[in-house]
Amino acid sequence: MKVSIDPITRLEGHGKIDIFLDEKGNVERAYMEVPELRGFEMFCRGRKAEDMPIITSRICGVCPEAHHMAAAKALDMAFAAPPPETARKIRELLYNAYIFYDHALHLYYLGGIDVLMGDVPKEERNVIGLIRKFGLEIGKEVIKHRRYAMEIVKMLGGREIHPVTAIPGGVSKPVSEEEREEIVKKAKSCIEFAKKSMEIFKGVFDTERWNEMLGLDALHTYYMGLVDSKNRVNYYDGDVRVVSPEGKEVYKIKPEGILDYIEEHVEEWSYVKFPYLKEIGWKGLVDGKDSGIYRVGPLGRINAADGMNTRLAHKEFEEFRGNGVVHETFGYYNARLIELLNAAERMYELANDDAIVGGDIRAMPSEPGEGIGVIEAARGVLIHHYKLDRNGLVEEANLIVATTNNNAAINMSVANAARKVIKRGKVDDILLNKVESAFRCYDPCLACASHALGETPLVANIYWKNKLYRRLKKNA
Amino acid sequence: MKKKIAMYWGAGCGGCDVSLLGIHEKLLDVLEKADIVFWPCATDFKYEDLEKMEDGEIDIAFYNGAIRTEENEKIAKLLRKKSKILVAYGSCATEGCVIGLANLYDRDEIFNAVYLDNETTPNEKKIIPQGMEKEGIELPEFLPSLKTLEQVVKVDAAIPGCPPPSPVLEEALNALLEGRTEFGKEVALCDECPRKDTKPDKIEIERFYRWHEKEDDGSCFLAQGMICMGPATRAGCGGECTSAGIPCTGCMGPVPKVENQGIAMLSAIASIIEDMDEEKERAVMESIKDMVGTFYKFSTAKLLPYGRFKDES
Repeated sequence: MKVSIDPITRLEGHGKIDIFLDEKGNVERAYMEVPELRGFEMFCRGRKAEDMPIITSRICGVCPEAHHMAAAKALDMAFAAPPPETARKIRELLYNAYIFYDHALHLYYLGGIDVLMGDVPKEERNVIGLIRKFGLEIGKEVIKHRRYAMEIVKMLGGREIHPVTAIPGGVSKPVSEEEREEIVKKAKSCIEFAKKSMEIFKGVFDTERWNEMLGLDALHTYYMGLVDSKNRVNYYDGDVRVVSPEGKEVYKIKPEGILDYIEEHVEEWSYVKFPYLKEIGWKGLVDGKDSGIYRVGPLGRINAADGMNTRLAHKEFEEFRGNGVVHETFGYYNARLIELLNAAERMYELANDDAIVGGDIRAMPSEPGEGIGVIEAARGVLIHHYKLDRNGLVEEANLIVATTNNNAAINMSVANAARKVIKRGKVDDILLNKVESAFRCYDPCLACASHALGETPLVANIYWKNKLYRRLKKNA
Repeated sequence: MKKKIAMYWGAGCGGCDVSLLGIHEKLLDVLEKADIVFWPCATDFKYEDLEKMEDGEIDIAFYNGAIRTEENEKIAKLLRKKSKILVAYGSCATEGCVIGLANLYDRDEIFNAVYLDNETTPNEKKIIPQGMEKEGIELPEFLPSLKTLEQVVKVDAAIPGCPPPSPVLEEALNALLEGRTEFGKEVALCDECPRKDTKPDKIEIERFYRWHEKEDDGSCFLAQGMICMGPATRAGCGGECTSAGIPCTGCMGPVPKVENQGIAMLSAIASIIEDMDEEKERAVMESIKDMVGTFYKFSTAKLLPYGRFKDES
């Protein structure tokens, strides 16, 4: 018997889950298919280098800032034009506004609905239902603060969606004193909103239902994230740190060296590739320290770091990470909330920094060469690598995107959740939503993951007594 | 009676979905007048819910994203059937957007770039995903080229932009909810550009510069010798990019009644070089790199629907 969820919803991109049941009606296999083809790696070739931040932002309209900035950083390096302090800080401020609004989107419009609304019918599982349950006042606060953050993005990036101002060597537009004052005000309000959000979600974290959600899936993987010199989470810049499933540092890599540490596995049955730690190796879709699979995104970053760079967020970090790394997949929500608060605090800090209104906003590019840009998209580590020809046209482009990094883990989590909730053939809308809630933890962006090509039949790994019981690729 | 509206995406980036949320508080006003009956990005209604609807039950369906796979095409046809008004929402659905540039290459070239000739992919067995026939995995066959919505079904209205800027979107939503299918400005971006007062009657340049090569002095980009798609692009955004120090790249598509945005821009450039001697003319034209990516960044699929045109410039 086959049960289909088509399309999977409340995420970016489209996909389908097929769950196959055995004679007893228990889950035998599950797949997630992502029918997409766009081919960015190919058609970026021959384009002008300075067009890359604009073209690649169209990989994803939910996280355009991430591609925009990763592209600009790759070009800074390719043209040997490190941006001056003001430009760097303007970019980081824009970037934190992006992290804020993107996390708010997930917490209140997409995945967070599963946490806040509980087991309600599908007609209610959306932001309109959320407003009905929690009241228009909270609804308006959510809308207002997403607007604030997007207005900051527009002020600094020129547009709310698909910003344009990051150019090789800096930014194309300075920040005026009036703009700075407005950003300070909005950022302050965003901090209060993040604190309130923390309270709202913590109300659920105290309940039995949350324990049930935590129990749906846990994976003992490696974790990866960008950190600053004190090993604190940083979205815009830093070294790439990787920790083991026990929480021990295994690598701390300069961003330009990262491609020596990861490889991508190709399977015949999937268009989306499977990145893994090269040295540990590809062992199939299994977790544990002998498998090179790693996780990125909020939980990946928080597990890979020793702390946060702002006060309130750091306090929350300590509470969450008190007993070491967290493997429960629903821990992504705690991590996302900590980052929401951190991004708001960091916006406020940067807007108060006098360097932000400086006039020196760009370094002029020199001869074109090769460049790598590494950044933390809301969903995790994002890498753009370009080789430019002598005319500054793109000769080669390679993109490793956040959701692709999580490809293996997402596959395992969905199958694990299906196995937990579907028993003896009983399926209904509420149970199937629990299966979907497992992939939503990652806030996957299938638009990003399928920038290249792709249908991903999901691989289901069924564990039995903590051991891999079956590795399922597709129904025979 | 409240209208029923639907939003769907084909091959796209999700920016259009976000742009609909991006009208912020005004979305609450829209929801007073309309119920959302299908929107995979934000609600949990599934295909089976859509299939169960009566033909023409949806008052207004918005389709964003392009047609790249058979699935995109199937849903476009289904939405057409279930809707009174079908709207192409944003650049992908209207013109193909930047992903239409894929029409310059064929499928083998794309596979090669991603799976074989790729630095982080060792792929020693030279696997190219193609499904596993004997195990019953079928990967969908991709359409030979990317198509716009209009190349597949009849479209009643189009909202331009990548994604549609809020003022453009708000005007379009108001018009559509009142039953009108024509809206938007009929002039070129230059008309509303904050730099328009600095655009001279006759532009005189020696060559074109790329925007990273030159400091912006705040005046008309064309007058500074930087290619700006403003003269060939529909107004409506208020000059978001030019306000932020970046020339227009043309995401709003052509001015109404003009079919070919790239040719419109090339004729604007022709008027700049028309009085030059041959040598100077050549210097200007040779300074333009990547003609297709410059003039057809958003409209390759609409204007070169059969693909496989190589840029030899």
